[in-house]
Amino acid sequence: MSRLTKSRLFWPIIALVVLLLFNAVFTKNFFSIQIIDNHLYGNIIDILKNVAPLALLAIGMTLVIATGGIDISVGSVVAISGAIACSIIDGRIGSFNNTLLFALIFALLSGIICGIWNGILVAKIKIQPVVATLILMTAGRGIAQLITKGKIVTINSASMVNEYYFIGAGYLLGLPFALFIVLIVLLIVLAFIKRTAFGLFLESLGTNNRSSHLAGIQVDKLKLITYIISGFMAALAGILISSNIKGADCNNAGLFIELDAILAVAIGGNSLNGGRFSVGSSVIGALVIQCLTTTVYALGVPPQTISLVKAIVIITICLFQSNKFREAIFGRFNYFKKSKDLLVKKGAQIS
Amino acid sequence: MKFKKLVAVLSSVLLMGTMFAGCAPSSTTTAPAASTEKAAPAAQEEAKPAEKPKNDKLVVGFAQIGQESGWRDAETWSILNTAEELGVDLKFSDAQQKQENQIKAIRTFIQQQVDVIGVAPVVETGWETVFKEAKDAGIPIILVDRRADVPEDLYAAFIGSDFILEGQNAAKEMAALLGNKGSIVELQGTVGASAATDRMKGFTDELGNYPDMKILASQTGDFTRAKGKEVMEAFLKAYPGQINGVYAHNDDMALGAIEAIKDAGLKPSVDIKVVSIDGVKGIFEAMAAGEANVTVECNPLLGPQFFQAAQDLKDGKTVEKWIKSDEGIFRQETAKEDLPNRKY
Repeated sequence: MSRLTKSRLFWPIIALVVLLLFNAVFTKNFFSIQIIDNHLYGNIIDILKNVAPLALLAIGMTLVIATGGIDISVGSVVAISGAIACSIIDGRIGSFNNTLLFALIFALLSGIICGIWNGILVAKIKIQPVVATLILMTAGRGIAQLITKGKIVTINSASMVNEYYFIGAGYLLGLPFALFIVLIVLLIVLAFIKRTAFGLFLESLGTNNRSSHLAGIQVDKLKLITYIISGFMAALAGILISSNIKGADCNNAGLFIELDAILAVAIGGNSLNGGRFSVGSSVIGALVIQCLTTTVYALGVPPQTISLVKAIVIITICLFQSNKFREAIFGRFNYFKKSKDLLVKKGAQIS
Repeated sequence: MKFKKLVAVLSSVLLMGTMFAGCAPSSTTTAPAASTEKAAPAAQEEAKPAEKPKNDKLVVGFAQIGQESGWRDAETWSILNTAEELGVDLKFSDAQQKQENQIKAIRTFIQQQVDVIGVAPVVETGWETVFKEAKDAGIPIILVDRRADVPEDLYAAFIGSDFILEGQNAAKEMAALLGNKGSIVELQGTVGASAATDRMKGFTDELGNYPDMKILASQTGDFTRAKGKEVMEAFLKAYPGQINGVYAHNDDMALGAIEAIKDAGLKPSVDIKVVSIDGVKGIFEAMAAGEANVTVECNPLLGPQFFQAAQDLKDGKTVEKWIKSDEGIFRQETAKEDLPNRKY
């Protein structure tokens, strides 16, 4: 049991299960799944579909945070990648025959470039990660607006719109296609971490930068790679988000999503100081956040109180992850239990 | 190593460059006439009491919120375009959604001694000081499309829509579509925004006249397409088969909701009626494709009315405190003919 509770995955999964149980009791039809137009349809499917962008960002963010860094520019990269993809699909930029292919290539490339930029600032020029990525966070939306000429790009009438819509909102084998993207990315990243020394190096880096360097780990190179991965994930998330609404909304796409991504990492039980990490539990963290959002909508919480309800749930989850807090609560409980047992042993009557 | 450093520095300079390039089109863009004025501020000040002939060129400063939605883009376009047509010397500032930028812009306009200042306040509160400064300088302020929470004597006029009336019209249209009977879900705008509060109030008030119509659920979609879709998805699952109509506080949320309805295997505008407010091009395309029913226009083309009021104020005429914008209601039947005329 104690081995189980010590696992990084334990508390995020408990949080998710509690949320789902809550829904099972209080939300009508929450678990009902139907088949409509040859795909599964229900709240659970919505959660799996809508969590995809956040899950991708959380994967990238986990790696960056593991090295002791942080990437707050992902929201802006989401906007840039969406702007590029939609502009190409709509034929505003370039004239490609296969707009879909080039839209994906250039959007993902933009994410990689943003990642390289962040990585160079942090790893080579040694700017503090928050400050370094803040630059792109601020400038990124400006760049995105420059690409769309300050307009919301809608691709409803573009020729490849249905193919593009499929990426973020389509269904494969009855399940959201976005879910498959997340699973494939997760598997690749996990394999990369577990099968190579990469994961170990990241943990060592986050624990002690200097001694990792002295031990012969290429600190700068590894940091650069994590920021590139994070940028790539952000670009992929940007494609999913813009595809889901058939348009690029530079002001609102991915707004504040960097905070949700960091939160997902934290709910996943990862230390924001770096060091030991688990990508899987960050994805669970993202699921918790999305599940909470869907719950709030399904329950019909008044819009004025949504933020408060979310905040209370999040703080509760975080409190339960803290060992100190659990000791304070359950420690006392155990103390009472012990003293009761002691009294019973001594033959006292407890009514 | 040195080379690497050089490359790093160069690339950072390059990216900083693009950063500013990104800002350039949205920061203060002044009409050509402005530069000459800046070159000789002293001369102008000396000449000021003596000159100001009757047909002096109208000089207007406009503090826009920034790029926000298709609607606001259209408003910006209308202001810039009308200024060019009328030959007005327009100083246009884009605040990038920040109040402090708008306040800075207004202070700059006061220093430049413009005739009239137009402002679309990004938030309702915190304007007293700067409006007072303008008033002391003798420059009238026209609020455009959003109100500010200030005493009435601090601004000359408000040009904009009657959001409550829009809500009422939407309710009437919905009633007509549903035959005065049915259940509706509401997609609200950003919590606290006056457009959202008033469009909700107007709709709810008007719905009181139809005893067989009720609002099943109401949730905020933050005026965005993504949230509109997400909330509608949840509504469709919480009330399967019970929703007859969806009322969205703006067209973008309605467009998101349409996608959600289609995903649920239902026909938007047939199985679930779609009524929204604003009148952006996207919703006309949707109506022409038979996916939306009605949009109650919230006209962003305020340029002509704005400059008319500005001219009147300069000429010393009195203007109405609330100049209501010219608006209409557009339905699916005529969407195909209307579509080519839509500017935004």
